[in-house]
Amino acid sequence: MDQIKNEKEEPIIKIRDLHFSYPSGYEALKGINLNIFKGEVLAIIGRNGAGKTTLVKHFNGLLKATSGEVLVNGLNAKEHAVSRLAKIVGYVFQNPADQIFSSNLWDEVAFGPKNLRFSKEEIDSNVENSLKMVGLLNKKDTHPYDLIFSERKLLCIASVLAMDPQVIIIDEPETGQDYWGIKKLIEIIKEYESIQRSIVLISHNLALVAECAERVIVMNDGKIVGDTFTPDILSNIEMLSKARLKPPQIIRLTLGLSKWNVPKELITVRKLAKYLSGL
Amino acid sequence: MSLIEISDLYYSYPGFEAKVLKGITVNIDKGSFTGIVGPCGAGKTTFSLTLNGLIPHLIGGKMTGSVVVDGLNTMEHPIADLSLKIGMIFQDPRAQLSGSGLTVEEEVAFGLQNLGVPREEILERISKALIDVGLSGFEERSPFELSGGEQQRLAIATVLAMEPDIFILDEPFAQLDPMGVEEVASIVGELNKKFGKTVILVENNTEILANFADRILVMEAGKIVADGSPREIFTDIEYLENTGVIPLQVTELAHLLKKEGKWDKEYPLTEDEALKEIKRIFFW
Ligand SMILES: Nc1ncnc2c1ncn2[C@@H]1O[C@H](COP(=O)(O)OP(=O)(O)O)[C@@H](O)[C@H]1O
Ligand SMILES: Nc1ncnc2c1ncn2[C@@H]1O[C@H](COP(=O)(O)OP(=O)(O)O)[C@@H](O)[C@H]1O
Ligand SMILES: [Mg+2]
Ligand SMILES: [Mg+2]
Repeated sequence: MDQIKNEKEEPIIKIRDLHFSYPSGYEALKGINLNIFKGEVLAIIGRNGAGKTTLVKHFNGLLKATSGEVLVNGLNAKEHAVSRLAKIVGYVFQNPADQIFSSNLWDEVAFGPKNLRFSKEEIDSNVENSLKMVGLLNKKDTHPYDLIFSERKLLCIASVLAMDPQVIIIDEPETGQDYWGIKKLIEIIKEYESIQRSIVLISHNLALVAECAERVIVMNDGKIVGDTFTPDILSNIEMLSKARLKPPQIIRLTLGLSKWNVPKELITVRKLAKYLSGL
Repeated sequence: MSLIEISDLYYSYPGFEAKVLKGITVNIDKGSFTGIVGPCGAGKTTFSLTLNGLIPHLIGGKMTGSVVVDGLNTMEHPIADLSLKIGMIFQDPRAQLSGSGLTVEEEVAFGLQNLGVPREEILERISKALIDVGLSGFEERSPFELSGGEQQRLAIATVLAMEPDIFILDEPFAQLDPMGVEEVASIVGELNKKFGKTVILVENNTEILANFADRILVMEAGKIVADGSPREIFTDIEYLENTGVIPLQVTELAHLLKKEGKWDKEYPLTEDEALKEIKRIFFW
């Protein structure tokens, strides 16, 4: 599947035959091979418990491979501290409570770049830009716990953006978001992509995935069972249902229209509307 | 008489002046399936907490007006009495878990033991609830070593096992995978259709609500601003988007086509309805 990107290009994250077992003995990853390239938006989808979170925690060293290899910008993730890898890979946790600990938004977002010993100017400008990007700059003096849940998730994204990593992993950001929150997420992802950063989006919201990601990997039972261009995955009902997933409503409709030669690449509402309008 | 009667309900959290609920009056009938939608911060969770008495008994704050559940005024009756009638599934599954269950099975047993359910029956109910949420086989696992979505399933199982008459579910699908959403939604749908349970589902997944709910309340800034059938509410796309509710994709499609002068009928809610119209308009 690596042919999607230029074959000569070195991947930022390179994973070879990764296995991982939790201390309880549970084997959550069973031989993962994966390359992630500069500037791509990659979505990871799969049922609850498929191993998505376990996999991405290897990218920044939060978990260490039981066997196999994870190379991050050529560094063996097993041999480097989380703080060293944090400059390259930022991880936005699935649950904001795992991540928040300061008494106002500004300090919360400044925590990461301070720890990484960014200069004062860099910290200030990164914090300001990140809060602005997620739409929370006007609340910079607020206590994180006075934010509603959806805003807390955006705050966590800002905290990671402020460290300006080359790869940002966002774990189920759609949880608890309303219409505006989802729109904001799409904007953030598109903006980050436009500055040539890589984004790994873990999500159950396949409409969001259809909107943002160029490439999707499907995980099931600790393995990668699909890895290709987004429309090919999201319209492959058989593969999705094996992984206990289901295409979003608009893709089900597009597939239902295939006997009139409606192309299956039309995976978003806007794309299908534009096509039909042009008939 | 309705099963739940709420009149003139105002509420502010302890230590805050601002009212989060601003004059809610609504009745909910026995055996109905009500969906509540609205943007983040509208007060949906707060409203839910007034129904099972956590507000005001546990959380405190200033509450005026009244909430009467099956004849019990929540201000006058303790949470323990109310919890026999109303089961609540929280937005954050970790808030639901007692923390005292060392295994998944113990976690589900916890509430039942407190109710004094006999041992045989406890075992039966646990096994049924775990099957319903797709966690059978997980009995001996630790609740803290589950993935986020698995914890959410467990939280739902703990409430199912209690078999209350009224279920309030606060964004219960948030971390579930798409098939999990369907499975849990159909369990809840069955509780309602087959067993006549009253269901109140706070959820921005309009596709699920369109399939299951018979009534939709829209909340905004502490008030109920619209009350109607799923079809009435969900086909008003501009209104939904203005209130921060995610429309169904096929309805949004019809709306975009209408703007181009290419849609002349009522908006669809399901892909079958959409397919039929699109065939007629574009491919006859
Ligand atoms: N701390 C842990 N100890 C033991 N098993 C775990 C732990 N965390 C997760 N697991 C198990 O590993 C599997 C993969 O979990 P996870 O990567 O969180 O799944 P996903 O993110 O795809 O929902 C699940 O079956 C889960 O129960
Ligand atoms: N424990 C609390 N203390 C003070 N304010 C709160 C508390 N919980 C929620 N709020 C405030 O009440 C309002 C409504 O919140 P909530 O009921 O959670 O909305 P929703 O569930 O619709 O997203 C928000 O403005 C929120 O900040
Ligand atoms: Mg996860
Ligand atoms: Mg809520």
